Amino acid sequence: MSPHLSVNLVTDLRELLAYHFMVNALLGGSLVALIAAPLGWFMVLRSETFAGHTLSMMAFPGASGAALAGIGAAWGYFFFCLAGALAIGGLSGGRSGEGERSANIGTIQAVALAVGFLFLSLYGGVLSDLEDLLFGNLLGISDGQLITICAVSLCSLGALSIFARPLLFASVDAELAAARGVPVRSLSTLFLIALALAVAAISQITGVLLVFALLVAPAASAQTLSPRPLTSLLLSVLFALVIVWLGLGIAYFSSYPAGFYIASVAFAVYLAARLAALLSERRPRRPRRRDQPSATAPMGGVSR
Amino acid sequence: MFEAEFMRNALLAGTFIALACGLSGYFLVLRGQVFAGDALSHVAFPGALAAAAAGLDERVGLFAVTVLFGALIGALGRRSRARDTTIGIVFTFVLGLGVFFAALLASGAGGGSGIQVAHTLFGSIFGLGHGEALLAGAIALAVVGFTALIARPLLFASIDPAAALARGVPVDMLNIGFLVALGVIAAEATQALGALLLLGLLAAPAGAAHRLTSSPLAGMLLAGALSLLAMWAGLCASYEIPALPPSSAIVLIAASIYLLAGVVAGARRRAARRGAVALAPATLADKIGA
Repeated sequence: MSPHLSVNLVTDLRELLAYHFMVNALLGGSLVALIAAPLGWFMVLRSETFAGHTLSMMAFPGASGAALAGIGAAWGYFFFCLAGALAIGGLSGGRSGEGERSANIGTIQAVALAVGFLFLSLYGGVLSDLEDLLFGNLLGISDGQLITICAVSLCSLGALSIFARPLLFASVDAELAAARGVPVRSLSTLFLIALALAVAAISQITGVLLVFALLVAPAASAQTLSPRPLTSLLLSVLFALVIVWLGLGIAYFSSYPAGFYIASVAFAVYLAARLAALLSERRPRRPRRRDQPSATAPMGGVSR
Repeated sequence: MFEAEFMRNALLAGTFIALACGLSGYFLVLRGQVFAGDALSHVAFPGALAAAAAGLDERVGLFAVTVLFGALIGALGRRSRARDTTIGIVFTFVLGLGVFFAALLASGAGGGSGIQVAHTLFGSIFGLGHGEALLAGAIALAVVGFTALIARPLLFASIDPAAALARGVPVDMLNIGFLVALGVIAAEATQALGALLLLGLLAAPAGAAHRLTSSPLAGMLLAGALSLLAMWAGLCASYEIPALPPSSAIVLIAASIYLLAGVVAGARRRAARRGAVALAPATLADKIGA
Protein backbone atom coordinates (compact mmCIF):
# COMPACT_ATOMS: atom_id res chain seq x y z
CA MET A 1 0.00 0.00 0.00
CA SER A 2 3.00 2.27 0.00
CA PRO A 3 2.63 5.21 -2.39
CA HIS A 4 4.39 4.56 -5.62
CA LEU A 5 5.48 7.27 -8.00
CA SER A 6 5.49 6.24 -11.66
CA VAL A 7 6.34 8.12 -14.84
CA ASN A 8 2.69 8.16 -15.86
CA LEU A 9 1.17 11.23 -14.21
CA VAL A 10 -2.41 10.09 -14.82
CA THR A 11 -2.01 6.90 -12.84
CA ASP A 12 -0.21 8.85 -10.13
CA LEU A 13 -3.12 11.24 -9.90
CA ARG A 14 -5.63 8.39 -9.88
CA GLU A 15 -3.77 6.67 -7.06
CA LEU A 16 -3.63 9.93 -5.13
CA LEU A 17 -7.35 10.58 -5.47
CA ALA A 18 -8.33 7.07 -4.46
CA TYR A 19 -8.07 7.98 -0.79
CA HIS A 20 -10.76 9.93 1.03
CA PHE A 21 -8.23 11.75 3.24
CA MET A 22 -6.31 12.87 0.17
CA VAL A 23 -9.48 14.17 -1.52
CA ASN A 24 -10.37 16.04 1.66
CA ALA A 25 -6.84 17.42 1.91
CA LEU A 26 -6.95 18.69 -1.67
CA LEU A 27 -10.44 20.15 -1.26
CA GLY A 28 -9.59 21.76 2.07
CA GLY A 29 -6.24 22.98 0.79
CA SER A 30 -7.87 24.51 -2.30
CA LEU A 31 -10.44 26.30 -0.14
CA VAL A 32 -7.66 27.58 2.11
CA ALA A 33 -5.79 28.84 -0.93
CA LEU A 34 -8.90 30.56 -2.27
CA ILE A 35 -9.44 32.47 1.00
CA ALA A 36 -5.83 33.11 1.91
CA ALA A 37 -4.74 34.49 -1.46
CA PRO A 38 -7.07 37.54 -1.72
CA LEU A 39 -6.72 38.43 1.95
CA GLY A 40 -2.98 37.97 1.76
CA TRP A 41 -2.90 40.10 -1.36
CA PHE A 42 -4.33 43.03 0.57
CA MET A 43 -2.11 42.22 3.55
CA VAL A 44 1.06 42.45 1.45
CA LEU A 45 -0.19 45.53 -0.39
CA ARG A 46 -0.84 47.28 2.93
CA SER A 47 2.51 45.98 4.24
CA GLU A 48 0.80 44.43 7.23
CA THR A 49 2.88 41.27 7.17
CA PHE A 50 3.79 41.61 10.84
CA ALA A 51 0.12 42.07 11.78
CA GLY A 52 -0.80 38.97 9.77
CA HIS A 53 1.91 36.95 11.45
CA THR A 54 0.76 38.16 14.86
CA LEU A 55 -2.84 37.19 14.09
CA SER A 56 -1.75 33.72 13.06
CA MET A 57 0.20 33.42 16.33
CA MET A 58 -3.08 33.93 18.23
CA ALA A 59 -3.67 30.23 17.64
CA PHE A 60 -1.34 29.51 20.56
CA PRO A 61 -3.29 31.34 23.33
CA GLY A 62 -6.45 30.24 21.52
CA ALA A 63 -5.63 26.56 21.72
CA SER A 64 -4.23 26.64 25.28
CA GLY A 65 -7.02 28.92 26.55
CA ALA A 66 -9.69 26.63 25.10
CA ALA A 67 -7.99 23.62 26.68
CA LEU A 68 -7.96 25.39 30.05
CA ALA A 69 -11.61 26.45 29.78
CA GLY A 70 -12.62 23.01 28.56
CA ILE A 71 -14.27 24.25 25.37
CA GLY A 72 -13.58 23.47 21.73
CA ALA A 73 -10.32 24.83 20.36
CA ALA A 74 -12.20 26.63 17.58
CA TRP A 75 -13.76 29.04 20.10
CA GLY A 76 -10.36 29.94 21.46
CA TYR A 77 -8.96 30.50 17.97
CA PHE A 78 -11.80 32.81 16.97
CA PHE A 79 -11.81 34.69 20.27
CA PHE A 80 -8.09 35.44 20.36
CA CYS A 81 -7.84 36.24 16.65
CA LEU A 82 -10.65 38.76 16.91
CA ALA A 83 -9.19 40.23 20.11
CA GLY A 84 -5.82 40.53 18.38
CA ALA A 85 -7.35 42.27 15.35
CA LEU A 86 -9.20 44.75 17.55
CA ALA A 87 -6.09 45.40 19.65
CA ILE A 88 -3.92 46.04 16.59
CA GLY A 89 -6.59 48.19 14.95
CA GLY A 90 -7.36 50.09 18.16
CA LEU A 91 -3.81 50.74 19.35
CA SER A 92 -2.36 51.74 16.02
CA GLY A 93 -4.00 55.08 15.41
CA GLY A 94 -3.88 56.88 12.10
CA ARG A 95 -1.03 59.16 13.17
CA SER A 96 1.28 56.53 14.64
CA GLY A 97 4.52 56.12 12.76
CA GLU A 98 6.12 52.96 11.46
CA GLY A 99 8.22 52.48 14.56
CA GLU A 100 5.35 52.83 17.00
CA ARG A 101 3.21 50.50 14.91
CA SER A 102 5.83 47.79 14.92
CA ALA A 103 6.30 48.20 18.69
CA ASN A 104 2.53 47.92 19.15
CA ILE A 105 2.19 44.75 17.14
CA GLY A 106 5.29 43.21 18.68
CA THR A 107 4.00 43.87 22.17
CA ILE A 108 0.57 42.45 21.31
CA GLN A 109 2.14 39.28 19.97
CA ALA A 110 4.43 38.95 22.99
CA VAL A 111 1.46 39.36 25.33
CA ALA A 112 -0.55 36.77 23.38
CA LEU A 113 2.31 34.28 23.63
CA ALA A 114 2.82 35.05 27.33
CA VAL A 115 -0.88 34.55 28.05
CA GLY A 116 -0.87 31.34 26.05
CA PHE A 117 2.12 30.08 28.00
CA LEU A 118 0.40 31.03 31.27
CA PHE A 119 -2.75 29.12 30.24
CA LEU A 120 -0.62 26.14 29.34
CA SER A 121 1.10 26.11 32.72
CA LEU A 122 -2.25 26.54 34.54
CA TYR A 123 -3.70 23.72 32.45
CA GLY A 124 -0.74 21.58 33.43
CA GLY A 125 -0.54 19.90 30.06
CA VAL A 126 2.43 19.63 27.76
CA LEU A 127 2.94 21.58 24.58
CA SER A 128 1.23 19.68 21.79
CA ASP A 129 3.27 18.37 18.94
CA LEU A 130 5.43 21.12 17.46
CA GLU A 131 4.65 20.14 13.92
CA ASP A 132 0.88 20.16 14.42
CA LEU A 133 0.88 23.57 16.09
CA LEU A 134 3.15 25.06 13.44
CA PHE A 135 2.07 23.21 10.33
CA GLY A 136 -1.29 21.73 11.24
CA ASN A 137 -2.60 18.52 9.83
CA LEU A 138 -3.79 18.99 6.28
CA LEU A 139 -3.86 15.24 5.72
CA GLY A 140 -6.36 14.70 8.55
CA ILE A 141 -9.23 17.02 7.59
CA SER A 142 -12.66 15.72 8.54
CA ASP A 143 -15.83 16.35 6.54
CA GLY A 144 -17.13 18.62 9.33
CA GLN A 145 -14.01 20.78 9.22
CA LEU A 146 -14.39 21.04 5.47
CA ILE A 147 -17.91 22.45 5.90
CA THR A 148 -16.69 24.96 8.52
CA ILE A 149 -13.93 26.25 6.26
CA CYS A 150 -16.41 26.49 3.42
CA ALA A 151 -18.81 28.61 5.50
CA VAL A 152 -16.12 30.89 6.89
CA SER A 153 -14.51 31.34 3.50
CA LEU A 154 -17.82 32.44 2.00
CA CYS A 155 -18.40 34.96 4.83
CA SER A 156 -14.88 36.32 4.76
CA LEU A 157 -14.67 36.60 0.97
CA GLY A 158 -18.17 38.09 0.81
CA ALA A 159 -17.22 40.78 3.30
CA LEU A 160 -13.96 41.46 1.49
CA SER A 161 -15.68 41.81 -1.89
CA ILE A 162 -18.07 44.40 -0.43
CA PHE A 163 -15.32 46.76 0.68
CA ALA A 164 -12.60 45.70 -1.75
CA ARG A 165 -12.70 48.86 -3.88
CA PRO A 166 -12.49 51.45 -1.09
CA LEU A 167 -9.96 49.25 0.69
CA LEU A 168 -7.79 49.18 -2.42
CA PHE A 169 -8.00 52.97 -2.65
CA ALA A 170 -7.19 53.37 1.05
CA SER A 171 -4.29 50.90 0.78
CA VAL A 172 -2.66 52.53 -2.23
CA ASP A 173 -3.01 56.16 -1.12
CA ALA A 174 -4.40 56.56 2.38
CA GLU A 175 -4.17 60.35 2.46
CA LEU A 176 -5.95 60.89 -0.82
CA ALA A 177 -8.62 58.36 0.16
CA ALA A 178 -9.17 60.10 3.50
CA ALA A 179 -9.46 63.45 1.70
CA ARG A 180 -12.11 61.94 -0.57
CA GLY A 181 -14.13 60.88 2.47
CA VAL A 182 -13.17 57.18 2.54
CA PRO A 183 -13.24 55.96 6.17
CA VAL A 184 -9.61 54.80 6.14
CA ARG A 185 -9.35 53.96 9.83
CA SER A 186 -12.55 51.86 9.95
CA LEU A 187 -11.59 50.09 6.74
CA SER A 188 -8.24 49.18 8.27
CA THR A 189 -9.90 47.63 11.32
CA LEU A 190 -12.55 45.91 9.17
CA PHE A 191 -9.83 44.39 7.05
CA LEU A 192 -7.98 43.15 10.13
CA ILE A 193 -11.21 41.54 11.40
CA ALA A 194 -11.81 39.78 8.08
CA LEU A 195 -8.19 38.63 8.12
CA ALA A 196 -8.54 37.43 11.71
CA LEU A 197 -11.67 35.39 10.97
CA ALA A 198 -10.05 33.73 8.00
CA VAL A 199 -6.81 33.07 9.89
CA ALA A 200 -8.72 31.55 12.81
CA ALA A 201 -10.61 29.22 10.49
CA ILE A 202 -7.61 28.26 8.40
CA SER A 203 -5.00 27.85 11.11
CA GLN A 204 -7.05 25.10 12.76
CA ILE A 205 -6.10 22.84 9.90
CA THR A 206 -2.97 24.39 8.45
CA GLY A 207 -1.25 25.44 11.65
CA VAL A 208 0.27 28.76 12.61
CA LEU A 209 3.02 28.96 10.03
CA LEU A 210 1.46 27.42 6.98
CA VAL A 211 -1.42 29.89 7.08
CA PHE A 212 1.13 32.69 7.17
CA ALA A 213 3.10 31.17 4.30
CA LEU A 214 -0.07 30.92 2.21
CA LEU A 215 -1.02 34.50 3.03
CA VAL A 216 2.29 36.08 2.19
CA ALA A 217 4.11 34.07 -0.49
CA PRO A 218 1.50 33.90 -3.31
CA ALA A 219 0.58 37.56 -2.84
CA ALA A 220 4.17 38.77 -2.77
CA SER A 221 5.03 36.70 -5.85
CA ALA A 222 2.04 38.01 -7.77
CA GLN A 223 2.73 41.61 -6.83
CA THR A 224 6.32 41.42 -8.03
CA LEU A 225 5.07 40.13 -11.39
CA SER A 226 2.25 42.53 -12.16
CA PRO A 227 1.43 46.08 -11.03
CA ARG A 228 -2.22 45.73 -12.12
CA PRO A 229 -4.49 45.02 -9.15
CA LEU A 230 -6.85 42.54 -10.79
CA THR A 231 -4.13 40.64 -12.66
CA SER A 232 -1.95 40.21 -9.61
CA LEU A 233 -4.96 39.31 -7.44
CA LEU A 234 -5.89 36.51 -9.85
CA LEU A 235 -2.24 35.49 -10.13
CA SER A 236 -1.96 35.22 -6.35
CA VAL A 237 -5.00 32.89 -6.24
CA LEU A 238 -3.45 30.78 -8.98
CA PHE A 239 -0.09 30.66 -7.16
CA ALA A 240 -1.77 29.68 -3.89
CA LEU A 241 -3.62 26.81 -5.57
CA VAL A 242 -0.48 25.60 -7.32
CA ILE A 243 1.50 25.78 -4.05
CA VAL A 244 -1.08 23.73 -2.14
CA TRP A 245 -1.58 21.14 -4.88
CA LEU A 246 2.11 20.66 -5.59
CA GLY A 247 2.96 20.56 -1.88
CA LEU A 248 0.30 17.99 -1.10
CA GLY A 249 1.09 15.95 -4.19
CA ILE A 250 4.79 15.73 -3.37
CA ALA A 251 4.04 15.01 0.28
CA TYR A 252 1.88 12.05 -0.69
CA PHE A 253 4.76 10.33 -2.42
CA SER A 254 7.26 11.13 0.30
CA SER A 255 7.73 10.36 3.94
CA TYR A 256 8.27 13.93 5.09
CA PRO A 257 5.54 16.25 6.38
CA ALA A 258 3.27 18.15 3.98
CA GLY A 259 3.97 21.44 5.76
CA PHE A 260 7.61 21.30 4.75
CA TYR A 261 6.75 20.77 1.07
CA ILE A 262 4.11 23.48 0.98
CA ALA A 263 6.47 25.97 2.63
CA SER A 264 9.25 25.00 0.22
CA VAL A 265 7.07 25.24 -2.90
CA ALA A 266 5.84 28.64 -1.67
CA PHE A 267 9.43 29.80 -1.28
CA ALA A 268 10.37 28.44 -4.71
CA VAL A 269 7.44 30.24 -6.35
CA TYR A 270 8.51 33.49 -4.71
CA LEU A 271 12.12 33.08 -5.86
CA ALA A 272 10.96 32.28 -9.39
CA ALA A 273 8.72 35.35 -9.41
CA ARG A 274 11.53 37.61 -8.24
CA LEU A 275 13.83 36.16 -10.89
CA ALA A 276 11.22 36.59 -13.62
CA ALA A 277 10.58 40.17 -12.56
CA LEU A 278 14.31 40.87 -12.60
CA LEU A 279 14.72 39.43 -16.10
CA SER A 280 11.73 41.21 -17.62
CA GLU A 281 12.81 44.43 -15.97
CA ARG A 282 16.20 44.19 -17.58
CA ARG A 283 15.09 43.20 -21.06
CA PRO A 284 12.77 46.00 -22.27
CA ARG A 285 14.92 48.75 -20.83
CA ARG A 286 17.47 48.94 -23.63
CA PRO A 287 15.19 49.49 -26.66
CA ARG A 288 12.92 51.78 -24.69
CA ARG A 289 15.69 54.06 -23.56
CA ARG A 290 16.41 54.92 -27.18
CA ASP A 291 12.82 55.96 -27.91
CA GLN A 292 11.69 57.75 -24.78
CA PRO A 293 14.15 58.13 -21.92
CA SER A 294 11.53 58.94 -19.30
CA ALA A 295 9.59 55.67 -19.64
CA THR A 296 10.67 53.16 -17.06
CA ALA A 297 9.24 49.71 -16.71
CA PRO A 298 6.67 49.73 -13.88
CA MET A 299 7.18 46.03 -13.21
CA GLY A 300 6.58 45.17 -9.62
CA GLY A 301 5.67 48.74 -8.84
CA VAL A 302 3.05 47.85 -6.25
CA SER A 303 5.26 45.98 -3.87
CA ARG A 304 8.09 48.45 -3.79
CA MET B 1 14.64 34.46 47.65
CA PHE B 2 18.31 35.11 46.87
CA GLU B 3 19.27 32.01 48.85
CA ALA B 4 18.14 29.88 45.94
CA GLU B 5 20.94 29.13 43.51
CA PHE B 6 18.61 29.04 40.49
CA MET B 7 17.28 32.50 41.35
CA ARG B 8 20.79 33.99 41.54
CA ASN B 9 21.62 32.48 38.17
CA ALA B 10 18.38 33.74 36.66
CA LEU B 11 19.09 37.26 37.96
CA LEU B 12 22.65 37.18 36.65
CA ALA B 13 21.72 36.10 33.12
CA GLY B 14 18.44 38.02 33.08
CA THR B 15 19.98 41.34 34.04
CA PHE B 16 22.42 41.49 31.17
CA ILE B 17 20.05 39.98 28.60
CA ALA B 18 17.40 42.51 29.62
CA LEU B 19 19.89 45.36 29.15
CA ALA B 20 20.93 44.06 25.74
CA CYS B 21 17.31 43.57 24.63
CA GLY B 22 16.27 47.03 25.84
CA LEU B 23 19.13 48.73 24.01
CA SER B 24 18.74 46.73 20.77
CA GLY B 25 14.97 47.16 21.02
CA TYR B 26 15.39 50.93 21.10
CA PHE B 27 16.96 50.84 17.64
CA LEU B 28 14.54 48.20 16.36
CA VAL B 29 11.55 50.37 17.26
CA LEU B 30 13.26 53.47 15.90
CA ARG B 31 13.76 51.67 12.59
CA GLY B 32 10.32 50.03 12.59
CA GLN B 33 12.01 46.65 12.46
CA VAL B 34 10.53 44.71 15.37
CA PHE B 35 9.39 42.03 12.93
CA ALA B 36 13.06 41.26 12.24
CA GLY B 37 13.60 40.52 15.93
CA ASP B 38 10.52 38.34 15.95
CA ALA B 39 11.71 36.42 12.91
CA LEU B 40 15.14 35.90 14.50
CA SER B 41 13.56 34.31 17.56
CA HIS B 42 11.67 31.92 15.27
CA VAL B 43 14.59 30.80 13.13
CA ALA B 44 16.67 29.83 16.16
CA PHE B 45 14.83 26.54 16.57
CA PRO B 46 15.38 25.20 13.03
CA GLY B 47 19.02 26.13 13.41
CA ALA B 48 19.39 23.93 16.45
CA LEU B 49 17.52 21.08 14.75
CA ALA B 50 19.64 21.36 11.60
CA ALA B 51 22.83 21.15 13.64
CA ALA B 52 21.47 18.12 15.50
CA ALA B 53 20.60 16.45 12.19
CA ALA B 54 24.12 17.13 10.91
CA GLY B 55 25.59 15.77 14.12
CA LEU B 56 27.02 19.11 15.23
CA ASP B 57 26.69 20.88 18.54
CA GLU B 58 23.26 22.51 18.62
CA ARG B 59 24.61 25.81 19.89
CA VAL B 60 26.70 26.10 16.74
CA GLY B 61 23.60 25.72 14.56
CA LEU B 62 21.62 28.11 16.71
CA PHE B 63 24.16 30.91 16.51
CA ALA B 64 25.05 30.24 12.87
CA VAL B 65 21.44 30.45 11.68
CA THR B 66 20.46 33.54 13.66
CA VAL B 67 23.64 35.41 12.73
CA LEU B 68 23.26 34.48 9.04
CA PHE B 69 19.59 35.43 9.08
CA GLY B 70 20.43 38.73 10.76
CA ALA B 71 23.07 39.48 8.12
CA LEU B 72 20.58 38.58 5.38
CA ILE B 73 17.90 40.92 6.73
CA GLY B 74 20.51 43.65 7.10
CA ALA B 75 21.65 43.16 3.53
CA LEU B 76 18.07 43.39 2.27
CA GLY B 77 18.38 47.07 3.00
CA ARG B 78 16.06 49.72 4.18
CA ARG B 79 13.03 49.52 1.90
CA SER B 80 10.82 48.48 4.77
CA ARG B 81 7.66 47.77 2.78
CA ALA B 82 9.18 45.00 0.71
CA ARG B 83 11.50 44.06 3.58
CA ASP B 84 8.85 42.79 5.99
CA THR B 85 7.29 40.66 3.27
CA THR B 86 10.63 39.15 2.33
CA ILE B 87 11.45 38.43 5.97
CA GLY B 88 8.08 36.69 6.33
CA ILE B 89 8.62 34.48 3.31
CA VAL B 90 12.18 33.54 4.21
CA PHE B 91 11.46 32.72 7.82
CA THR B 92 8.44 30.52 7.03
CA PHE B 93 10.70 28.61 4.68
CA VAL B 94 13.35 28.28 7.39
CA LEU B 95 10.69 26.97 9.78
CA GLY B 96 9.58 24.53 7.11
CA LEU B 97 13.16 23.30 6.99
CA GLY B 98 12.99 22.98 10.79
CA VAL B 99 10.03 20.64 10.51
CA PHE B 100 11.91 18.67 7.88
CA PHE B 101 14.91 18.28 10.20
CA ALA B 102 12.59 17.29 13.05
CA ALA B 103 11.11 14.56 10.87
CA LEU B 104 14.59 13.54 9.74
CA LEU B 105 15.77 13.26 13.35
CA ALA B 106 12.67 11.34 14.42
CA SER B 107 13.11 8.78 11.65
CA GLY B 108 16.90 8.62 11.95
CA ALA B 109 19.02 6.06 13.74
CA GLY B 110 19.22 8.16 16.90
CA GLY B 111 15.48 8.11 17.28
CA GLY B 112 13.92 11.12 18.93
CA SER B 113 16.96 11.91 21.05
CA GLY B 114 18.04 14.79 18.83
CA ILE B 115 14.66 16.48 19.19
CA GLN B 116 14.80 15.88 22.90
CA VAL B 117 18.08 17.73 23.10
CA ALA B 118 16.68 20.56 21.01
CA HIS B 119 13.74 20.83 23.35
CA THR B 120 15.87 20.97 26.47
CA LEU B 121 17.94 23.64 24.76
CA PHE B 122 15.00 25.98 24.85
CA GLY B 123 14.89 26.03 28.57
CA SER B 124 13.41 28.20 31.24
CA ILE B 125 15.34 31.01 32.89
CA PHE B 126 14.91 29.17 36.20
CA GLY B 127 16.72 26.15 34.79
CA LEU B 128 20.08 27.83 34.14
CA GLY B 129 23.25 26.46 35.67
CA HIS B 130 25.92 28.80 37.02
CA GLY B 131 28.21 28.36 34.03
CA GLU B 132 25.39 28.91 31.53
CA ALA B 133 24.28 32.02 33.38
CA LEU B 134 27.83 33.42 33.33
CA LEU B 135 28.13 32.70 29.60
CA ALA B 136 24.75 34.28 28.86
CA GLY B 137 25.70 37.33 30.89
CA ALA B 138 29.05 37.67 29.12
CA ILE B 139 27.53 37.35 25.65
CA ALA B 140 24.78 39.84 26.49
CA LEU B 141 27.36 42.25 27.91
CA ALA B 142 29.39 41.98 24.71
CA VAL B 143 26.28 42.82 22.66
CA VAL B 144 25.56 45.82 24.90
CA GLY B 145 29.14 47.01 24.48
CA PHE B 146 29.07 46.56 20.71
CA THR B 147 25.73 48.35 20.33
CA ALA B 148 26.89 51.20 22.58
CA LEU B 149 30.05 51.47 20.50
CA ILE B 150 28.16 51.87 17.21
CA ALA B 151 25.25 53.76 18.81
CA ARG B 152 26.09 57.22 17.46
CA PRO B 153 26.59 56.37 13.78
CA LEU B 154 23.77 53.81 13.96
CA LEU B 155 21.41 56.47 15.27
CA PHE B 156 22.40 58.78 12.43
CA ALA B 157 22.01 55.98 9.87
CA SER B 158 18.61 55.00 11.27
CA ILE B 159 17.11 58.48 11.37
CA ASP B 160 18.41 59.86 8.10
CA PRO B 161 20.20 57.22 6.01
CA ALA B 162 20.62 59.48 2.98
CA ALA B 163 22.34 62.23 4.96
CA ALA B 164 24.43 59.66 6.83
CA LEU B 165 25.56 58.12 3.56
CA ALA B 166 26.48 61.54 2.20
CA ARG B 167 28.57 62.20 5.31
CA GLY B 168 30.48 58.96 4.70
CA VAL B 169 28.82 56.85 7.39
CA PRO B 170 28.93 53.18 6.31
CA VAL B 171 25.14 52.75 6.48
CA ASP B 172 24.98 49.24 5.01
CA MET B 173 27.73 47.92 7.25
CA LEU B 174 26.00 49.41 10.29
CA ASN B 175 22.66 47.81 9.35
CA ILE B 176 24.29 44.42 8.96
CA GLY B 177 26.42 44.79 12.09
CA PHE B 178 23.42 45.76 14.19
CA LEU B 179 21.30 42.86 12.97
CA VAL B 180 24.16 40.41 13.43
CA ALA B 181 24.48 41.60 17.05
CA LEU B 182 20.72 41.14 17.34
CA GLY B 183 21.12 37.62 15.95
CA VAL B 184 23.68 36.85 18.66
CA ILE B 185 21.42 38.07 21.45
CA ALA B 186 18.45 36.26 19.85
CA ALA B 187 20.34 32.98 19.84
CA GLU B 188 21.48 33.44 23.43
CA ALA B 189 18.09 34.61 24.70
CA THR B 190 16.11 31.85 22.99
CA GLN B 191 18.28 29.12 24.44
CA ALA B 192 18.63 30.64 27.90
CA LEU B 193 15.18 32.09 28.40
CA GLY B 194 12.98 30.57 25.70
CA ALA B 195 11.87 32.13 22.42
CA LEU B 196 8.82 33.72 24.02
CA LEU B 197 10.72 36.24 26.13
CA LEU B 198 12.81 37.81 23.41
CA LEU B 199 10.04 39.57 21.48
CA GLY B 200 8.46 41.03 24.61
CA LEU B 201 11.75 42.43 25.88
CA LEU B 202 12.63 43.85 22.47
CA ALA B 203 9.31 45.54 21.71
CA ALA B 204 7.64 46.66 24.93
CA PRO B 205 10.32 48.52 26.99
CA ALA B 206 11.73 50.21 23.89
CA GLY B 207 8.26 51.14 22.69
CA ALA B 208 7.53 52.66 26.10
CA ALA B 209 10.81 54.62 26.02
CA HIS B 210 9.96 55.99 22.57
CA ARG B 211 6.58 57.11 23.86
CA LEU B 212 8.04 58.84 26.90
CA THR B 213 11.00 60.70 25.45
CA SER B 214 12.24 61.85 22.07
CA SER B 215 15.83 62.31 23.24
CA PRO B 216 17.96 59.42 21.95
CA LEU B 217 20.28 59.09 24.94
CA ALA B 218 17.46 59.29 27.47
CA GLY B 219 15.46 56.88 25.32
CA MET B 220 18.24 54.28 25.23
CA LEU B 221 18.84 54.52 28.96
CA LEU B 222 15.12 54.39 29.68
CA ALA B 223 14.61 51.37 27.40
CA GLY B 224 17.38 49.51 29.21
CA ALA B 225 16.06 50.53 32.63
CA LEU B 226 12.45 49.57 31.87
CA SER B 227 13.56 46.26 30.42
CA LEU B 228 15.57 45.61 33.57
CA LEU B 229 12.61 46.58 35.74
CA ALA B 230 10.34 44.14 33.88
CA MET B 231 12.93 41.39 34.21
CA TRP B 232 13.49 41.81 37.97
CA ALA B 233 9.83 42.35 38.81
CA GLY B 234 8.84 39.40 36.64
CA LEU B 235 11.41 37.09 38.21
CA CYS B 236 10.29 38.06 41.73
CA ALA B 237 6.59 37.69 40.85
CA SER B 238 7.19 34.30 39.32
CA TYR B 239 9.21 33.21 42.38
CA GLU B 240 6.36 34.18 44.69
CA ILE B 241 3.59 32.69 42.50
CA PRO B 242 4.73 29.23 41.38
CA ALA B 243 1.90 28.82 38.83
CA LEU B 244 3.12 31.89 36.95
CA PRO B 245 5.88 30.99 34.45
CA PRO B 246 8.77 33.50 34.60
CA SER B 247 8.64 34.37 30.89
CA SER B 248 4.90 35.11 31.05
CA ALA B 249 5.38 37.28 34.14
CA ILE B 250 8.23 39.27 32.58
CA VAL B 251 6.41 39.83 29.29
CA LEU B 252 3.14 40.79 30.98
CA ILE B 253 4.91 43.31 33.23
CA ALA B 254 6.78 44.74 30.24
CA ALA B 255 3.49 45.09 28.35
CA SER B 256 1.87 46.83 31.34
CA ILE B 257 4.75 49.30 31.38
CA TYR B 258 4.15 49.87 27.67
CA LEU B 259 0.43 50.51 28.20
CA LEU B 260 1.17 52.82 31.12
CA ALA B 261 3.66 54.76 29.01
CA GLY B 262 0.95 55.17 26.37
CA VAL B 263 -1.44 56.56 28.98
CA VAL B 264 1.21 58.94 30.34
CA ALA B 265 2.17 60.11 26.85
CA GLY B 266 -1.49 60.63 25.94
CA ALA B 267 -2.18 62.61 29.11
CA ARG B 268 0.92 64.72 28.52
CA ARG B 269 -0.09 65.45 24.94
CA ARG B 270 -3.60 66.43 26.06
CA ALA B 271 -2.19 68.65 28.81
CA ALA B 272 0.12 70.33 26.33
CA ARG B 273 -2.78 70.95 23.97
CA ARG B 274 -4.96 72.28 26.77
CA GLY B 275 -2.08 74.46 27.93
CA ALA B 276 -1.71 75.86 24.44
CA VAL B 277 -5.44 76.53 24.18
CA ALA B 278 -5.56 78.06 27.65
CA LEU B 279 -2.54 80.20 26.88
CA ALA B 280 -3.92 81.68 23.71
CA PRO B 281 -7.05 83.35 25.16
CA ALA B 282 -5.06 84.59 28.12
CA THR B 283 -2.54 86.38 25.98
CA LEU B 284 -5.33 87.68 23.85
CA ALA B 285 -7.16 88.95 26.92
CA ASP B 286 -3.93 90.51 28.16
CA LYS B 287 -3.51 92.29 24.90
CA ILE B 288 -7.06 93.57 25.00
CA GLY B 289 -6.59 94.65 28.60
CA ALA B 290 -3.36 96.43 27.70
